[in-house]
Amino acid sequence: MLEIKDLHVQFHTSDHEAVRGISLRVDDGEIMGLVGESGSGKSVTAMMIAGLLREDRVRTEGRILLDGRDMLAVDGDDLLSYQGKEIGVVFQEPMSALNPVMRIGPQVEESLRVHTKLSKEERRELALQAMRDVELDDVEEVYRKFPHELSGGMLQRVCIAAAIISRPRLLLADEPTTALDVTIQAQILELLKRLNRERDMSILFISHNLHVVRKLCTRVAVMQKGRIVEEGETEQVFHHPRDPYTQRLIAAIPTRRKIDE
Amino acid sequence: MLKGNRYLQIGLAITGVVTVLAVLGLFWTPYDPSAMNSAEMYMAPSLRHIFGTDNFGRDVFSRVMKGISTTYLISLCTVAMGAAVGVIVGALTGYFGGIVDDILMRVNDAVTAFPSILLALVFISLLGFGKYNVILALGVAFVPSYARVVRSEFARHREMNYVKSARLMGATDRRIMFVHILPNTRAVILPTLVIGFNNAVLAEASLSYLGIGVRSPDVSLGYMLSESQSYMATAPWYVLCTGATIVLLILGFSLLGEGLQQGRR
Repeated sequence: MLEIKDLHVQFHTSDHEAVRGISLRVDDGEIMGLVGESGSGKSVTAMMIAGLLREDRVRTEGRILLDGRDMLAVDGDDLLSYQGKEIGVVFQEPMSALNPVMRIGPQVEESLRVHTKLSKEERRELALQAMRDVELDDVEEVYRKFPHELSGGMLQRVCIAAAIISRPRLLLADEPTTALDVTIQAQILELLKRLNRERDMSILFISHNLHVVRKLCTRVAVMQKGRIVEEGETEQVFHHPRDPYTQRLIAAIPTRRKIDE
Repeated sequence: MLKGNRYLQIGLAITGVVTVLAVLGLFWTPYDPSAMNSAEMYMAPSLRHIFGTDNFGRDVFSRVMKGISTTYLISLCTVAMGAAVGVIVGALTGYFGGIVDDILMRVNDAVTAFPSILLALVFISLLGFGKYNVILALGVAFVPSYARVVRSEFARHREMNYVKSARLMGATDRRIMFVHILPNTRAVILPTLVIGFNNAVLAEASLSYLGIGVRSPDVSLGYMLSESQSYMATAPWYVLCTGATIVLLILGFSLLGEGLQQGRR
């Protein structure tokens, strides 16, 4: 459903490319992992897919196809029509991804307000439903709260609810668990897995945490310095890494034996 | 916010009293502020005339009430106009940046380059006297200061993640600017508005004192100040009461502004 073909991205303020010709494919209903260290270009790739980086900031080459439609070619109102409807995005820091002076409910509903003509009650009903879907408790109460009144884990659930409320076909998750502690992290991963299964929603999961990627993703691509150095089935890549960089990355995963030594 | 915030408490108390006088002055004053009475000229403050009377036997307290109303109204309208235009200009320049920013901010610089009194003078010589022209002149002169504050706030918030997520959900630029960002800037804009109100009071007083602001039969505090100085020796209460009222008005709003600023820390 999502296909990236030979994408190059260069910021106007920089003298080298942040992304140097990557090709990537996300199939219907799969969870694709994109791993790499800081500065490898994985977040820039995500922002390009989401449509957050436009010509005023970057120079681009190549194509990003969503169901065969080139998204680098659309702009203005057309861009608004697929943002939030076809693609949902979850960020790393849930606290900063929410407007501090707006109540939770309206923020979850935001994409409905833009993309549909539903009445206030209908929107509210859908928002409460989405919040139940992400396993929040007391949704009626959470609906009325402000972001600072909730914990990090709850906020990330709220962000996921806001991202999936319009039933997008692709969820872009940019390090969604990095800012959370380990137990919450595991819960959010389970949640993403369940949403992927039940809603038949593809997920592009971006992370530097190989351990997490291995638990979640069916396929994985490894990025280094703006290039994809390896791509394949997750288990395949983990057991038989071909690229030396991938081999080093995997060797760096802490295991019990290494910690004991 | 109010608890333990002395500035805010005292500021609210003073501005409360002044506001009541201003609103009351619109509908009712103890005496007709322009009614002359040759039997009661230059009367010192007493129970009958608590601020005394002036050279025409007019009740100074009634005139002060009327004066506060006018000054208040002019300052409020000036701030409202300056802020409305300033917020729009600041929002556009801060949010979009680029060429819009360059053009509008250079216009802004040009307006700032003129001292506001001079700018108002030019306006009034073009438009003529009267309180509505004073509002217009001061309003224009006040736009840049608000635009600058709002611009920096919008530029700061533009890069924040919550704005990005709103954009990702397809919110339009207009919606992002006025529904998402603007409420977030209130902590900075509110004190600026209050300080702006003070500046407007002083600017109106200066203009009227110089004789290019409010004209009779309208009464404003600045106009009264210029009127009363001729009788400083014979009726010192006139100038003192008028001056003290201006000081009180400014003091109240200064404390309020200071209190609001402390409240956000």
